Amino acid sequence: MSKKIIQVQELKKDFHVGDITVHALKGINLEIEEGEFVAIMGTSGSGKSTMLNILGCLDKPTSGTYSLDGVSMGGLNKNELAGLRNNKLGFVFQSYNLLPRTTALENVELPLYYNTRIRAKERRERALEALEAVGLADRMHHMPNQMSGGQQQRVAIARSLVNDPRVILADEATGNLDTRTSYEIMTLLQELNDQGKTIIFVTHESDIARFMKRNVVFKDGRIVKEEWVKDRFNAKQMLADLPVDQDVI
Amino acid sequence: MNYTNSIKIAVNAIRRNKFRAFLTMLGIIIGVASVIAMLAIGQGSKKSIQDEMSSMGTNMIFVMPGTDQRGGVRMSASEMQTLKLDDVEAIRQSCPAISAVSPVVSSSGQAVVGNNNWPTTVYGVNDEYLGIRKYEVETGRNFSDREVQTYAKVCLVGQTIVENLFPDGENPIGQSVRIGTIPFKIIGILSEKGENGMGQDQDDLIMAPYTTVQKRMLAITYIQNIFASAASEGQNDEAIEQLSETLRRTHKIKAADADDFNVRSQAEMVQTFSSISDVMTGLLGAIAGISLLVGGIGIMNIMYVSVTERTREIGLRLSVGGRGNDIMTQFLIESILLSVSGGIIGILLGLGASAGVSAFMNWPTVIMPMSVIYAFAVCSLIGVFFGWYPARKAAALNPIDALRYE
Ligand SMILES: Nc1ncnc2c1ncn2[C@@H]1O[C@H](COP(=O)(O)OP(=O)(O)OP(=O)(O)O)[C@@H](O)[C@H]1O
Ligand SMILES: [Mg+2]
Repeated sequence: MSKKIIQVQELKKDFHVGDITVHALKGINLEIEEGEFVAIMGTSGSGKSTMLNILGCLDKPTSGTYSLDGVSMGGLNKNELAGLRNNKLGFVFQSYNLLPRTTALENVELPLYYNTRIRAKERRERALEALEAVGLADRMHHMPNQMSGGQQQRVAIARSLVNDPRVILADEATGNLDTRTSYEIMTLLQELNDQGKTIIFVTHESDIARFMKRNVVFKDGRIVKEEWVKDRFNAKQMLADLPVDQDVI
Repeated sequence: MNYTNSIKIAVNAIRRNKFRAFLTMLGIIIGVASVIAMLAIGQGSKKSIQDEMSSMGTNMIFVMPGTDQRGGVRMSASEMQTLKLDDVEAIRQSCPAISAVSPVVSSSGQAVVGNNNWPTTVYGVNDEYLGIRKYEVETGRNFSDREVQTYAKVCLVGQTIVENLFPDGENPIGQSVRIGTIPFKIIGILSEKGENGMGQDQDDLIMAPYTTVQKRMLAITYIQNIFASAASEGQNDEAIEQLSETLRRTHKIKAADADDFNVRSQAEMVQTFSSISDVMTGLLGAIAGISLLVGGIGIMNIMYVSVTERTREIGLRLSVGGRGNDIMTQFLIESILLSVSGGIIGILLGLGASAGVSAFMNWPTVIMPMSVIYAFAVCSLIGVFFGWYPARKAAALNPIDALRYE
């Protein structure tokens, strides 16, 4: 039996906008085991991103508990949270969030700058490895504005991998990509999952969710449905089956 | 976090945004350079006025005729005839604080030597006048008391006269120069004095015995001015006191009546001029202060304008594991690098501008080390602070709030 890497209990998040309080999360209970590949689904505004941001230690819950790898987040200070983000978590933003005017390689290197144990030479090597893993080694000296959306998304994924995190969190990482590029990214994520990485993937597309092992559906700040995926899609297979002339259309 | 990493991150951030870095530096450069140049010009003109004044002799005292109210008719200054030769004699007799005194009468006219002529002024003075005005004889000699007594037609000439009347370089000594109808024999040449603080050429003059000018040229019995020297600079006030007393006595002025003469001292003028140039320096300082302020606001603006982009950058750095301290160290190093290099360029530019002003516009400039230090320190501090402070605020945000910043 694998161990539980993420444990969330009665998690709530309120946003205050003027006099109005938005209850974005209304008591979430969720457990995720090491090596899982979970899709968080739901309609727009259902609280998916809010949940993922809290799981990624980018935001704090209003109430409730969250433990990552057995450590409760509630008791940690800002620096300790930063350390966790650096060592255990890799976050892929929907809007990529790459540094402008900065090469792909340097963007991927970024998390390693904040890891004092890693020297300059190792930093470069690991960044290159991560770029190779996403198939962009030949683009390492390109700036974000010289790359397509899919390529930028892959740089962002490489950046989330470079620190060898325990958990990868991706928010709509295929949201604005074409089918082929989406499948390429799913292939990459399935490979990473096969190597043992825990992945949590936010999406509102149900066919994308079928690449994952488990689907959790959010509605109005609550989990309304949890199910194991039957007939899971194999991205590598589907990529191979994609008609070649689809590129031309 | 180790500092090599912080420095690398900061240098990379500057390298990637050269234009933004340049704009930030520009504010500092302009601020520092203008303060240095302004104060250099202010100090320079103040010092040159002071030098000028003291080269004229700070213990010089001069007397101008004032209104003679006894006649009941007011006259213009040039017509006033209240000063007499007897006054000079009385001053010499009864003013122990005065070491030298000379009457002055002057006449403008055309000086002619052969085919060359030049409009100038002839000053009729005695043999003490040179010492009072700090003129020196370069070649030849001063005229003697005996030559004064005998109405001798001898004269001393300034460099400008020599240049214009003897353009071919002949020796003027012993030659004759005709002024009006009277030929004067040149017995000495004055050494060069240059322009005075008001731009007058102090070498464009001829000096002759006052007796000669008074009787032979002007045909008058009164004198126009009296020039005197206090025995020492410290005795200036005493000398003025004694001189005024003497003149009131010889002019028979009652205690209740106003003087019919005006006494001025060089020391007084030096003071007036240096207080004028103090005001000027203050003004330039204020202008410099405003440039500092404008420079500072410029620095602030560019820092604040880039804060949106930079807040996102900070959010990203936080979200990949940068700590608040890492971010602040990075921004501190960035703004120190920009401010210090901007400050150094500003100093060089300021020194260059000062040198340029004195070279091309002939304005004297004096660089004050304090102004350099102040300008550099103030601008650099503004730069460092406004580079660091917004970053400090952003680094305290939740990563997601910094990423969402608009
Ligand atoms: N910073 C914020 N301030 C105020 N309200 C917020 C903030 N972030 C999210 N919300 C609100 O919380 C709710 C959940 O938002 P969230 O971004 O988690 O939705 P989502 O499921 O990710 O939607 P989408 O699929 O459109 O990305 C929404 O009603 C949203 O308006
Ligand atoms: Mg979302």
